[in-house]
Amino acid sequence: MSKTLYDKIWQSHLINEQDDGTSLIYIDRHLVHEVTSPQAFEGLRLSNRKVNSPKRTLAVADHNVPTLDRELGIKEEDSRIQVEELDKNVEEFQIPYFNMNDTRQGIVHVIGPEQGFTQPGMTIVCGDSHTATHGAFGSLAFGIGTSEVEHVLATQTLIQKKAMNMLINITGNLDKIVTSKDLILYIIGKIGTAGGTGCVIEYSGNALRDMSMESRMTICNMSIEAGARAGMIAPDDITFNYLYEKPMAPKNKDWDKAVNWWKTLPSDTGAKFDKIVDIDATKVTQTITWGTSPEEIVSIDGNVPNPDKISDEVKQNKIKRSIEYMGLTPGQKISDVEINTVFIGSCTNSRIEDIRSAAEIIKGKKVSTNVKALVVPGSGLVKKQAEEEGLDVIFKHAGFEWREPGCSMCLAMNSDKLNEGDRCASTSNRNFEGRQGKGGRTHLVSPEIAAASAITGKLTDPRDVT
Amino acid sequence: MEKFNTFKGIAAPFNILNVDTDKIIPKQFLTTIKRTGLGKHVFDEMRYKKDGSENPNFVLNQKPYDKSNILIAGDNFGCGSSREHAPWALKDFGIKCIISTSFADIFYNNSFKNGLLPIMVTKDERDALLEDAKDKENPEIEIDLGNQEIRRPNGGRIKFKIDPFRKKCLLEGLDDIGLTELHENKIKSFEESRSTKHPWL
Repeated sequence: MSKTLYDKIWQSHLINEQDDGTSLIYIDRHLVHEVTSPQAFEGLRLSNRKVNSPKRTLAVADHNVPTLDRELGIKEEDSRIQVEELDKNVEEFQIPYFNMNDTRQGIVHVIGPEQGFTQPGMTIVCGDSHTATHGAFGSLAFGIGTSEVEHVLATQTLIQKKAMNMLINITGNLDKIVTSKDLILYIIGKIGTAGGTGCVIEYSGNALRDMSMESRMTICNMSIEAGARAGMIAPDDITFNYLYEKPMAPKNKDWDKAVNWWKTLPSDTGAKFDKIVDIDATKVTQTITWGTSPEEIVSIDGNVPNPDKISDEVKQNKIKRSIEYMGLTPGQKISDVEINTVFIGSCTNSRIEDIRSAAEIIKGKKVSTNVKALVVPGSGLVKKQAEEEGLDVIFKHAGFEWREPGCSMCLAMNSDKLNEGDRCASTSNRNFEGRQGKGGRTHLVSPEIAAASAITGKLTDPRDVT
Repeated sequence: MEKFNTFKGIAAPFNILNVDTDKIIPKQFLTTIKRTGLGKHVFDEMRYKKDGSENPNFVLNQKPYDKSNILIAGDNFGCGSSREHAPWALKDFGIKCIISTSFADIFYNNSFKNGLLPIMVTKDERDALLEDAKDKENPEIEIDLGNQEIRRPNGGRIKFKIDPFRKKCLLEGLDDIGLTELHENKIKSFEESRSTKHPWL
């Protein structure tokens, strides 16, 4: 019978299945960070359990780490304790670890692929919802809660029920100016933040085949914003070339065997999907968010919606609330909206390609005097690569701050945060109320739009600054 | 885990669309290394004013809802991050059950691991329960997981569906890890065959 990519991975990891469909599946890789793991390690200690497979686990501190003056340590006491807990736990349970001062340290979803820890056909989990990122390699990757982190640490398995198969089929080609960030925001706008609930999304179509791994990761990363726990893209030569000779990727004979197996993974012709959504790539424009939910999108040349035109009362109230929180007026042109902060970073858009695209626009220009702008590379290795290419100099000359890697202002658990009323063009993934700091206002944008907006101090189409 | 018994409790009307986990428990409280003590911070931004005092307009600050055990919630409750701090905070506040038309997957899953029961009902049923909850004089609803039934203040009953395995785990207070360890031999043989077939994994 024809199978989807998801069916194939699911079936090859199934250890046990009960009559009601409750299944025990094997987990190939587990990424661990400081925020969602302390209670899990504590649970292991209390029940006298060990970590089942330390070699399938990789730990890193990313959420809480400072992006300035790292050599001085972490100032905030709670954050420091949390990272110190991770230091102690990885030592006690013998888990491979990139500590805060390791060049390989970075955002968990940047370092997994970068190290070749992430590979096609695997099951990959992490106590973080953006684990969906790794699905760009044709793996089944999803976020889990702390109880499940403990479960995976103890048993290298998870109790799950199979999700539905959903296909997002992108037909036609994207306009050159349209990025993968625009595409995923557009998709979320189309299907809504609950559009993928209960599903694993597979993205397909020629537009994806031309995309780099970085761009594919941006798409899979935000699957969770569409309600799906996982998003996947079938592996191809671009995937294999990316992984080749990565430190943790298979080597020599194993590499050849692995590639042969990876080539069998894409969904079979005629495989059944429970839901299919067609997206016409030619209709996708440069897309950003205006509101406080990732589905509240607008084209860069568009306007803030008018809630009076919405008939559903609950939806109307939500839009009114978003407009009020965001300090906008109905019908306002989005490109007239002034910003005072630009954040280029996060597991969505902090890879080398993102930094290159933003640098391309910033080159020879200056950040508007009203704007505080920062670049937070996704990992120490991304930072190093960018510096070798001289991109740091471009940003610094323009007036950007060039920081140390981490999650930073995406969720503002460290000291990088918005103040009340600040408005940010952010390359991150969530625009919820208070996400980047209490009272802060977030517009989700591509690295290109973030860079252009830094120059003008308004939400700006990159074509208007070149 | 504590067993989930039939209980009667105050239900709060909480009809907000897409309540995300940042709203349930903002990130400044995620630096804890414990599972307890988050109840005072649940819904922090809606619940407290800038000066730290309680916002009287927020439903869980109003009597009798300050003692709520049940939330009657808007669609897609719990979307956003995987933070288990969200069910920990709700549980610590005293919430034992959330009734909505839909939940985000990870939140839904995390709730069961913490003895917090998420119940899915139809829009009409949810809207009827919202009306029940709005009656401050008599907002008590009974949740009977064994019989998969919600008993309304007017005596009406609403049946709900639930995964049988999850139901059993809640009713008996079963520990997932303990259950999985019963499959130890199967896990071992799976690992062995996998290392032969795909040694790089």
